[in-house]
Amino acid sequence: MTLRLSTALDEPGGAADAWGTPRPADHWLALVRRAERAGLDFVTLGDSFAPPSPGGGRLDAVAVLASVAPNTERIGLVPTVTTTHTEPFHTASSIATLDFVSRGRAGWLVDVSTGLDEALAFGRRDPAPPGELWSEAADAAEVAARLWDSWEDDAEIRDVATGRFIDREKLHYIDFEGRAFSVRGPSIVPRPPQGRPPVVVALDERAPGERWELAARHADIVLLTAASPPAVQLARSALDGRVAAAGRDPGAVRLLVAVAIDLAGGGSGGESGDGGGPLRFSGTPESLAVLLADWYAATQADGFHLLPTAPEADLAAVADALVPLLRRRGLLRAGYRGRTLRDHLGLTRPASRYATEVPQ
Amino acid sequence: MTDPGEHARPHPPKQIHLAAHFPGVNNTTVWSDPESGSQIDFASFLHLARTAERGKFDFFFLAEGLRLRERAGRVHDLDVVGRPESLTVLSALAGVTSRLGLAATVNATFNEPYELARRLASLDHLSGGRAAWNVVTSSDAFTGENFRRGGYLDRADRYLRAAEFVGLARALWDGWPPGGPPTKVTHTGPQFRVSARPALPRSPQGHPVVIQAGDSDEGREFGASTADVIFSRHSTLETARAFYKDVKARLAAHGRSPDELKIMPGVTYVLGDTEAEARERAAAIRRQQVSPQTAVAFVERVWGRDLSGLDVEGPLPDADPVPDSDLIQGWAHAGDRFGVAEQWRAIAEEKKLSVRELVIELTGRQSFIGTPASVAAELDAYVQGDAVDGFILVPHLTPGGLDDFVDRVVPLLQERGTFRADYAGTTLRDHLGLPAVPREPAS
Ligand SMILES: Cc1cc2nc3c(=O)[nH]c(=O)nc-3n(C[C@H](O)[C@H](O)[C@H](O)COP(=O)(O)O)c2cc1C
Repeated sequence: MTLRLSTALDEPGGAADAWGTPRPADHWLALVRRAERAGLDFVTLGDSFAPPSPGGGRLDAVAVLASVAPNTERIGLVPTVTTTHTEPFHTASSIATLDFVSRGRAGWLVDVSTGLDEALAFGRRDPAPPGELWSEAADAAEVAARLWDSWEDDAEIRDVATGRFIDREKLHYIDFEGRAFSVRGPSIVPRPPQGRPPVVVALDERAPGERWELAARHADIVLLTAASPPAVQLARSALDGRVAAAGRDPGAVRLLVAVAIDLAGGGSGGESGDGGGPLRFSGTPESLAVLLADWYAATQADGFHLLPTAPEADLAAVADALVPLLRRRGLLRAGYRGRTLRDHLGLTRPASRYATEVPQ
Repeated sequence: MTDPGEHARPHPPKQIHLAAHFPGVNNTTVWSDPESGSQIDFASFLHLARTAERGKFDFFFLAEGLRLRERAGRVHDLDVVGRPESLTVLSALAGVTSRLGLAATVNATFNEPYELARRLASLDHLSGGRAAWNVVTSSDAFTGENFRRGGYLDRADRYLRAAEFVGLARALWDGWPPGGPPTKVTHTGPQFRVSARPALPRSPQGHPVVIQAGDSDEGREFGASTADVIFSRHSTLETARAFYKDVKARLAAHGRSPDELKIMPGVTYVLGDTEAEARERAAAIRRQQVSPQTAVAFVERVWGRDLSGLDVEGPLPDADPVPDSDLIQGWAHAGDRFGVAEQWRAIAEEKKLSVRELVIELTGRQSFIGTPASVAAELDAYVQGDAVDGFILVPHLTPGGLDDFVDRVVPLLQERGTFRADYAGTTLRDHLGLPAVPREPAS
């Protein structure tokens, strides 16, 4: 099995010192194409309702990745959508739609809004403790999963004889009732190409809590912040235990270790995994390839999620140097084999939980 | 047919504005035709958007419905069901079109200003100034069952919320002037209490174009005070003229000039090489649009009764309508059921129509039927005759339903000098001839 490689597109905060304009559509397309040229499984793009800091502001992440979708072919597109001040029904519709416009390449990186500023921007609720917000996020993920399943795959029939466009026996109310919201369904969007776009959750081995429960119940991909290979191992077994306890197959959850990289900063080489935050690497692609190979060999991680310091330069180095090196070591597939994000990750397309017959 | 376009005019002719409506989830859209393609694949959206851009249309339009319609507690299955979410589709189209305006219908009741203002500003940035928002106000409890808020909004408050929403969105769009810094927008009103700095600097259009679709007196007033475009229902010459006059006359009270609000009804069309062929095609399309089952559904919508056994080749039911029926959910209210039923009976009697024929007659949706030349002349006559400023064309087929219009009618409008030969500007405001939003808004 080869390792899975993905990247964030975000520029680390504090990069700018003046108020400007947002990066244009061309910038995002060029970055994603670079990641696609490198054959990466997916890109992530963060999002939040936090107040802007100097720079060009923050575009809606779903919109950015949707604008990239028709001009790319294979790479997975995973925006952050937060769950605290948003409507789960809208979120499920947006991610399903991203899956349609990308022909099966969408994912959803789930996050919450803990800040007072975000709460005041909506004015609908007071800030709440993170634990409460993460369990609400798990409810939002449950709603999304049910909505994505609420149309069986073959619900559209176009039966002229009976005048029916759909077989309504194959559309289902989801009747979710949670603490913060209830949702009736069915989805207004038909079942997306991947069935359920993969759900992505970022975890920190040092921070247990409700977020892990969300991951156990809903994550297809976990992005793990961990300081050392043994820490990755501990996290993997903790996660696998929780996934199994939630009645799911641990083998169907991909664990990717977050690595902050700086390949263009002229760093002499070095890594640090302490002091909080993700593993940090600065140096040449050659030594990064060695580091990734070592961690991959020493752990049961499925791969890595790169966090570039300077996305344009770092992703160029990833495409031109890091990826060929990993391929030469037999650690990375030569190119895309499948078409969907699930294909790239080796995740099967789930049947609808409401389907009465097993699809042929 | 009157054709003012052929007489010399003292003034340059009014320019026609055109928009393309992606076929929707009602029986205008014919899904049973062999030519009918996917209603959900992105390729269909791409085809129609590219056709509209090839035809130099002002904008591409997507409708929205936040709950699937129901009959007797079960999903209505006779029309197209299901569609993608508007802003995400339009963001994708922004990447593969360059001039076409991109209009999303988004409900003001089941969204929040900070988030939606930001999503619209994002689309405006990503598209280089082509975003539009059709503000709709459905607020029923039936739809509310899909949302945190439930059906909390009194119908009487729907436009108050919409007006407060648009005002706050515009304050957020203005809140980060070029060069920064973003200023805090603080708002306290009956519907919203918001205090935030906008996430994005001013977008290329300053304010994305605001469209309004709603017909009540409050709706018209909201349109006159706030909207850049009204998507109207009035497509016969006389009703359109009356609507146009009514709404344009309301503008002065809001300190606005008639040019600042464009009125564009949703219309359909059918072309033929001869008038007779066009009429024949139109009749065939109507039969496709009103299947026997759909005919029953229309009568049920008025009667509020389960009429499953009704013979559509026979007469209307003898029974009276049920006034407060909740058999049907998700459609506009049927109004006075007894009055409408009375009217239907009278027409059926007079014209000797079966149920299906009657429904075909009463719900006939083709507004413009004829040869390309006569349709072009009639469209132009509406515009020059101050009945409308343009049209939102609603094709009955996905995705090829506008191909013939763009190939055969648009060139004739261009020859008449009443429709652009090419885009002159880059933003949707440019296309619509709307005044620029002041760069430094008065505080
Ligand atoms: C031409 C037209 C198109 C409309 N399209 C939509 C739509 O796509 N989605 C929606 O939720 N409501 C739509 N509406 C409903 C209006 O937003 C509004 O809720 C409704 O017309 C009631 O308001 P009124 O009493 O002012 O007419 C549309 C209305 C009109 C007239």
